[in-house]
Amino acid sequence: MIRIFKIALRNLMRYKRRTLLTAMLITLGVLMVILFSGLAGSFKAMMIGQITDSNIAQMQIHKKGYVSSIDTSPLHLTINQKGYKKVEKILKENPDVEAFAPRIKLSAMLSNYKETTNIRLNAIDPKKENKVCPNVSERMKFSGSEVPDILLKPGEIIIPTKLAKGLKIKIGDAVVLVANNKDGSVNGLNFTVAGIIDTLMGPQGKEGYMHIKDAQSLLRMEKPEIIEIAVRIKNFDKLDNVYSDLKSTLGEVKNKKGKPAFEIHTWEKLSPFSNIAKMIDLMTISMKSTMIAIVLISILNVMMMSVYERVREIGTMAAIGTSPGKIMGLFLAEGLSLGVISVLAGNIIGIFGIYILNIYKIRFAFGRMDNILLSPTISFSELAWVSVIVILVSVFASLQPAYKASRMEPVDALGHV
Amino acid sequence: MALVQIDNVSRIYQTGEVQVKALQDVTLSIDEASFVSFVGPSGSGKTTMLNLIGCLDKPTQGKIVVDGAEVDGFDRRQSAAFRGDTLGFIFQAFNLFPVLTAYENVEYPLVMIKNESVSKRKEKVLNVLESVGMLDQKDKFPDQLSGGQKQRVAVARALVTQPKLVLADEPTANLDKKSAVNVIRLMRNMRDEFNTTFIFSTHDPGVMKEAEVIYTLEDGRLV
Repeated sequence: MIRIFKIALRNLMRYKRRTLLTAMLITLGVLMVILFSGLAGSFKAMMIGQITDSNIAQMQIHKKGYVSSIDTSPLHLTINQKGYKKVEKILKENPDVEAFAPRIKLSAMLSNYKETTNIRLNAIDPKKENKVCPNVSERMKFSGSEVPDILLKPGEIIIPTKLAKGLKIKIGDAVVLVANNKDGSVNGLNFTVAGIIDTLMGPQGKEGYMHIKDAQSLLRMEKPEIIEIAVRIKNFDKLDNVYSDLKSTLGEVKNKKGKPAFEIHTWEKLSPFSNIAKMIDLMTISMKSTMIAIVLISILNVMMMSVYERVREIGTMAAIGTSPGKIMGLFLAEGLSLGVISVLAGNIIGIFGIYILNIYKIRFAFGRMDNILLSPTISFSELAWVSVIVILVSVFASLQPAYKASRMEPVDALGHV
Repeated sequence: MALVQIDNVSRIYQTGEVQVKALQDVTLSIDEASFVSFVGPSGSGKTTMLNLIGCLDKPTQGKIVVDGAEVDGFDRRQSAAFRGDTLGFIFQAFNLFPVLTAYENVEYPLVMIKNESVSKRKEKVLNVLESVGMLDQKDKFPDQLSGGQKQRVAVARALVTQPKLVLADEPTANLDKKSAVNVIRLMRNMRDEFNTTFIFSTHDPGVMKEAEVIYTLEDGRLV
């Protein structure tokens, strides 16, 4: 076997320029896939991290019908204390759940006593929210340079940059929030601006934060009610499995009509970025398909030429008794060697390229997010996948020429001019 | 007992509507350890005869027995195995593998066909290279050797598997007169040393006189 590969490598070196050009083409294909996968994968992972760790959370549980509701803030679809206890029990019993936090989402009018505008608010329990969305404070600015231990105290509000600029509101200013409760009656409360938040991708950049107890007072809830429960799990890679488990367990909790009382969604169903993530995946697949085509055509071309140019040599091999299987093996080894050398070079240059990209730190803006730092990485499994595919395609591309060589009649091949 | 027995063998090639009778009704036998030459002008059927004996081609009619085996009934795999086990080949254009050194060219049949151990291989290759006087050139590639040296390496390659029969199609056609005679004498010495039967074709009168048995072919017939 070693001798077969030795002969194969020497035969490749016989046509140095052709082998080098083909190897460079395959290496370039592998390099492009590695760099693109590294950049696109890191962008995707970073964006998903931003979305799940600072805003939406990995999963959300609502009362059945909330997500498909036509209302922007369907306050009639709240989860009461009894319902929350049931969900809390299910979540605590699931070993994959790391944390969960109750939320109320509401629309209100924000006034600085001179001007008024509308605002969407996430009413949170700050301690619990910090565990579910650990990066929530990353986008917030407070009066001091450091993030306070508790993001929000009752009576405080964090407003989005856009509204702060538009209404000329500074940290420490007093504002008024006016909101309709589910019965349609109006209530207003005074708040102090505790911080300003750079919006992620919220509706028109008008999403702020308030304390959940203040929201319950503002909405005149007689008993504590919530709108959603944000969930974080221990291992994000197991999201689909945990989602299925929770969906099935929550499905057993029925409402008075005997139908499931709750619904659960992953971030993919809740964020428009999931479509961009799918597009990124599609582009990665396209890039990989292009690489496969490059490898297939390059190796097929080289091996066909190789067989065509060495007909007499093949005749000699066959004449002196080399079995058709070994002749085929010799040519397969050539294609395989070319693929292996090229993919190794592509991997080494690709890893080096990713290292260089990390040194030069690529920054970009996406949506309302500025100065996002991209840290491309490539996993071992991705490298292994690319390598295995290139090697398999190399062997596949060599099959036809190798088979043709093995089927040559020695008497015809020896007489070839 | 004859090593090669050929009975009423004909080989007819069909080219479009034209039939070319390369060999017609040939019957002959060749004994073990003999030094035989097929002679005749170009197109007389010498190469066809060697191809048939060497299981590289099949007769249109007749029977060929080599070393007790009816080779005309072999399939592709059986033919390859028989050639590897029993036959050695020397070609007019040397047909050495350009990417292998003289040593590796001689070693090739032992690696690819016989699958022998490294120590046995080395011993056999060095022995046969010494016999053909190419031991000092063993690390050279074919393009670094003269025509005569290449053919010596080819002879060594044909003999290294210790075949019963070596077939050489015009082995001296690409050599100068002196080298040609040297190669034929080398082949005869090898016959003496290894007791191997040699059958070669030639149309060079200087070379054919070195043969012990001469078969003359004309228009595909033995004369």
